[in-house]
Amino acid sequence: MPEGSNSVPGSVLHRFRQGDLDAFEELFREHQRPVYGWILRIVRNAAAAEDLTVETFWRIHRAHERFQPEYPFAPWARRIATRAALDWLRAQRPEVELTGDFAGTLSSASAGDPGITAEIRSKTALAFARLPPNLRAAAVLAVVEEQPHKEIAAALGITAGAVKLRVFRALRLLRKDLEQQGITP
Amino acid sequence: MNAHDENRIKQLLKQALPPVESHAEPERDLWPAVLRRLDEDAAAAPRRTIAMPWFDWALLGGLVVFAVSFPATIPVFLYYL
Repeated sequence: MPEGSNSVPGSVLHRFRQGDLDAFEELFREHQRPVYGWILRIVRNAAAAEDLTVETFWRIHRAHERFQPEYPFAPWARRIATRAALDWLRAQRPEVELTGDFAGTLSSASAGDPGITAEIRSKTALAFARLPPNLRAAAVLAVVEEQPHKEIAAALGITAGAVKLRVFRALRLLRKDLEQQGITP
Repeated sequence: MNAHDENRIKQLLKQALPPVESHAEPERDLWPAVLRRLDEDAAAAPRRTIAMPWFDWALLGGLVVFAVSFPATIPVFLYYL
C-alpha cells in the first residue's frame, strides 16, 4: 500500500533509500518506540529488546537499497525486527530467558483467577519458554498481546491461517507439557 | 483439544505472561548505539577486502623462493606473463 506523500521523490523514504543518514535518523526517531515495543512483546526482556532494536536498525540500514519507498516503512521494519527477535530466541536457552525482569513480571502478574497460583504461573512460563521460537512468537503476539492476526502474519511473513495454526500448535504443546508436570488446565 | 481447554490454556498463559505496556519505550537513547554499530561495520569492511587466504601467501612465497633459486628463469616467466 503506497504511503501518500512519502512516496514522492525527495521524501524521507526516498532519501533513506539513497543512503542519506539524516533521513535514516529521522526514520529511527519516528519508529524506534514501536519497533522496541514489538520486539519486547516477543522476547519479553527489556535489555535484550534494546540491543535487538539497535540490531534491527542496523539491519534496516544495511538493506536500505532494497527498500521500496512506495510502500510503508513500519511493516517492513517490523518484519526485520521480528526476524531479529526470532534469531535471539533461537540462540537462548529457556533457563536464561526466565531471569531478570521477565522473572519479575511473574510475581507481579495480576491474580485474576485465584485458582492459578504463582507456582502454576511460573511452570506455565517455563513450559512456554520451551516451545519452538516460531510458535512462541505467534502465540504470545496473538494470545497475550492480542495483536490482529493480519499484523502478526505480515511480521512473520506467513498467512493469517498459518498464524492460527501456529497458535493452536503452541497451545496444544503447552497443554501437553503442563500435563507432564502434573498440571491439568 | 476442545474449545474449553483452549480457552483455559489461553487464560493460564495470560496470567503467566502479562501483556507489555502499550507505552513501553527504551530506557536510553539508542541512536548513539546504532551509529556505533554502523561505524564498526564501516571499519570492518576494508579489512575484509584485503584479507588473503593462506594458500595465496604460500604460492607467493614459493614463487619468490623459485625466483631466487633460479634467477635465469625470471625472463622466461616475464615472457609468458
